[in-house]
Amino acid sequence: MTMVAKSLSDPDTINRDDILDGVPHGIAILDDQLRIVTMNRSLEAMTGFTCADAKGIYGDSIIRSNLGTRGQIFHQVFTTGESLTVEGDIINRNRRKILIQFTISPLRGHLERIQGLIIVLEDISSLHTVMNTALFSESSTGILGHSLKMQEVFDLMPLMAHTDASILITGETGTGKDLIAEAIHKASKRGRHPFIKINCGALPESLLESELFGHIKGSFTGAIKDKPGMFKLAQEGTLFLTEIGDMPLPLQVKLLSVLDDREFFPVGGDKKVKVDVRIIAATHRSLKEQVEKGNFREDLFYRLNVLHMHLPPLREREGDIRFLLDHFLRELTKRLEKKITGFTSRSLEQLTSYSYPGNIRELRNIVEYCANICQDDRIRTEHLPKYLFSGSNADAENPVLKIREDGTNGRPDEKPVSGQIDIHSGKDWISIEKEMIIDALLKAHGNRSKAAKELGWGRTTLWRKMNLHNLS
Amino acid sequence: MKILITIYLNSIAQRFDLSSEVLIANHDGFRIIDEPRTIIMSRPSAEELCNLIIKENIEVVICGGIEERHYKFLSWKKIKVFDSVIGDYSQALELAGEGKLVEGTILPSAYENGQ
Repeated sequence: MTMVAKSLSDPDTINRDDILDGVPHGIAILDDQLRIVTMNRSLEAMTGFTCADAKGIYGDSIIRSNLGTRGQIFHQVFTTGESLTVEGDIINRNRRKILIQFTISPLRGHLERIQGLIIVLEDISSLHTVMNTALFSESSTGILGHSLKMQEVFDLMPLMAHTDASILITGETGTGKDLIAEAIHKASKRGRHPFIKINCGALPESLLESELFGHIKGSFTGAIKDKPGMFKLAQEGTLFLTEIGDMPLPLQVKLLSVLDDREFFPVGGDKKVKVDVRIIAATHRSLKEQVEKGNFREDLFYRLNVLHMHLPPLREREGDIRFLLDHFLRELTKRLEKKITGFTSRSLEQLTSYSYPGNIRELRNIVEYCANICQDDRIRTEHLPKYLFSGSNADAENPVLKIREDGTNGRPDEKPVSGQIDIHSGKDWISIEKEMIIDALLKAHGNRSKAAKELGWGRTTLWRKMNLHNLS
Repeated sequence: MKILITIYLNSIAQRFDLSSEVLIANHDGFRIIDEPRTIIMSRPSAEELCNLIIKENIEVVICGGIEERHYKFLSWKKIKVFDSVIGDYSQALELAGEGKLVEGTILPSAYENGQ
């Protein structure tokens, strides 16, 4: 490059073919007036201008980048003498916008005086395409589905990632709301910053307020030190409020005020805290119904519902059940080191005709159950959970205890039982619940924490229910 | 003929989507009629620029780099677009008025002024 720098004043002596054309990126050399001295063939192809036409013209008139007006960045490198790498784009003569990584470096001559610039333009369009695809690919997000309804979801995700508006994700339990929220966050400009998830239905009001907004030391008994709160922890990132429909009304007011003003008082604090956080909320409930019932503030609903994404239940995702059964079976047989090759046609018929009220979570659990039980090379009907057989007929004909949309079984004192047995014919709830607990404990090899997680309960609830059923 | 040029100082702006200033002039084929007027837009936006062009009943647009979708939109609206033109806008305006401007023209002023 020394030879290039020395010969800047006489461009004809530059051995362009040997030096510049050998590089697979566009290269332009600008003089101290930032006019084109020469450019290589890659740049000719990239911009659509020939070197002969471009010589003597201001560099940015040929490159036509978005790096500020009249090549501000070029001026900056020329003045500071420090190389710079920056991403941007150009519009070429074929009217195509190309994403470019620019590397701009000073060219020094005698006495280290900057005599010009060398600009290397790397076309990164394909890289971005790959990244965009990868960001929402099955392997990176863990979201699987080939059905049309899921394709609509996948199409929406990049659009939602490119804005900063609040998102409301709705869908039945087990449809993958958390995965979608995290994938959107990762693909957004906030992707490098924290993604904090908080379950609004899991904590009592006072504790939830402290969790969300933090507290000051001494503000209540047990507040032995300052706590920053999830809003502050998610600074510049995304706060994912799951089960937003279960948020207590007084906290909804505070949340609304934070969304409007981007600032709040921590519990017991007298100084406002400013935050820059994107909100993604999710719920399995119909928020509109909650609003009508007076359980959810209408203004907060509209504030959160700027962008809305509904995740379809598995029973509406044509073709996905078969695909997911095969996928999870492959994954589990590998993990369990078994040699199960697939399902028999009868078991497959049973599995594909089931309605999966617990959606993907339930489907995965069923496949896990089968894979554990099965000692053959194929999963047969006898390896399937028994409730599938009673449920399939009872579903339509004998809805003794159907699951409601909110995931509860209809009993007012019950928390939603996510992805669990919910349809049966003949047995009472007590015996079903007992079976569920035994089933979960067996699966978890007696580990109560795991069993509780499996059932979607807390450990204390499991303990209480085990006592109730004399299982302890 | 009503002509719109995306401008920056005395030159044609390098990019249609990044222009925030436009000059609108009427040319009768021999000379410019009336005083050309300039419009400063609140922010650079190709979409808003397209709307302005339609609203102003522009017949000819002279600009630097323009994306295919905007070029096609304007062409579909029967507006003649001379894009990738480099140099002083006054020279371009004269040539366009006389019907001598073509797309991709690098005007002599581009070499004289470096832009």
